[in-house]
Amino acid sequence: MAGKITIDIEKCKGCGLCVAVCPKGSIVISSESNAKGYFPARPTNVDCTGCGECAVVCPDAVITVYRDDSRKAGSAGQRREANGAGVSRG
Amino acid sequence: MKTVFARTAVLKDCSTHYCPGCGHGIAHRLVAEAIDELGIQGRTIGIAPVGCSVLLYDYIDVDCIEVAHGRAPAVATGMKRTNPDKIVFSYQGDGDLASIGAAEILHAGHRGEQLTVIFINNAVYGMTGGQMAPTTMLNQVTTTSPKGRSAVEQGYPLQVSEVMAVLPGVVYVERTALDGGAGVRKTKKAIKHAFELQVEGAPGLALVEVLSPCPTYWRMPPAKAMKRIREEMSKFFPVGRLKG
Repeated sequence: MAGKITIDIEKCKGCGLCVAVCPKGSIVISSESNAKGYFPARPTNVDCTGCGECAVVCPDAVITVYRDDSRKAGSAGQRREANGAGVSRG
Repeated sequence: MKTVFARTAVLKDCSTHYCPGCGHGIAHRLVAEAIDELGIQGRTIGIAPVGCSVLLYDYIDVDCIEVAHGRAPAVATGMKRTNPDKIVFSYQGDGDLASIGAAEILHAGHRGEQLTVIFINNAVYGMTGGQMAPTTMLNQVTTTSPKGRSAVEQGYPLQVSEVMAVLPGVVYVERTALDGGAGVRKTKKAIKHAFELQVEGAPGLALVEVLSPCPTYWRMPPAKAMKRIREEMSKFFPVGRLKG
């Protein structure tokens, strides 16, 4: 996994723009509501490349994007490690 | 992993009152990012309009003043003339700027005031319940044009950027659209340039018209509203740089 995003779910209004623009389809709308009653977006981080398209269109600026810039130099082992870290948080 | 995108500190750490998918949230962030990147937070004065973005001062962490409906360019004129070292911007919607405030923006441009104007055009009155605005497109259904706007009955949509671009006192006019990632990036560039011109002391007004979605009063989901900007709205309001 070359990238990862986190979403501040309490500020997210679940508009779904990030879901619509994600080229990898790795963001979904959560089935659990936040304190305001919105169903926020939830990152699965599967196949996330850290392109940042979701954060660029987010009207509530709740998305933070991380990217592993050493991706090309990184070994398969490093990639597996990053993937595991993402799953445990997702 | 390196952080490649995070919320700017110029945007206050709070939730906005905007509807889900509203373009104001994106535009606020772009203004805040431009102020942050130019390092002008300490000397910027924002003029908040009347309309959905009336609470702008609660979201952007710069000194702001709230003014009467449409009068932002008039107050901004006073602010800039008495504080020439400050960076003064007004943030106005289409009901505010193109309707009740049409005279103020026209004459601020005509006088060549050194201001930055961010004009959010969503073709409808959002705050008051989705009525027809001067910028409402032909055939667009609103609560006061239930059969769709007709040129014969209600006139044509007002193209503010085209009108402003012919004034010699206006140095920069660009129309952009919040219709997806590329559109948002172009809008950011335009907004930043409009601020840069004022920082550099350009002799006139810089205006960025931003085509923005109003999913609630367009009565469609946010992603569809963005598509409407791309496919329908940009026909009435062609995007691009008109001047400067």
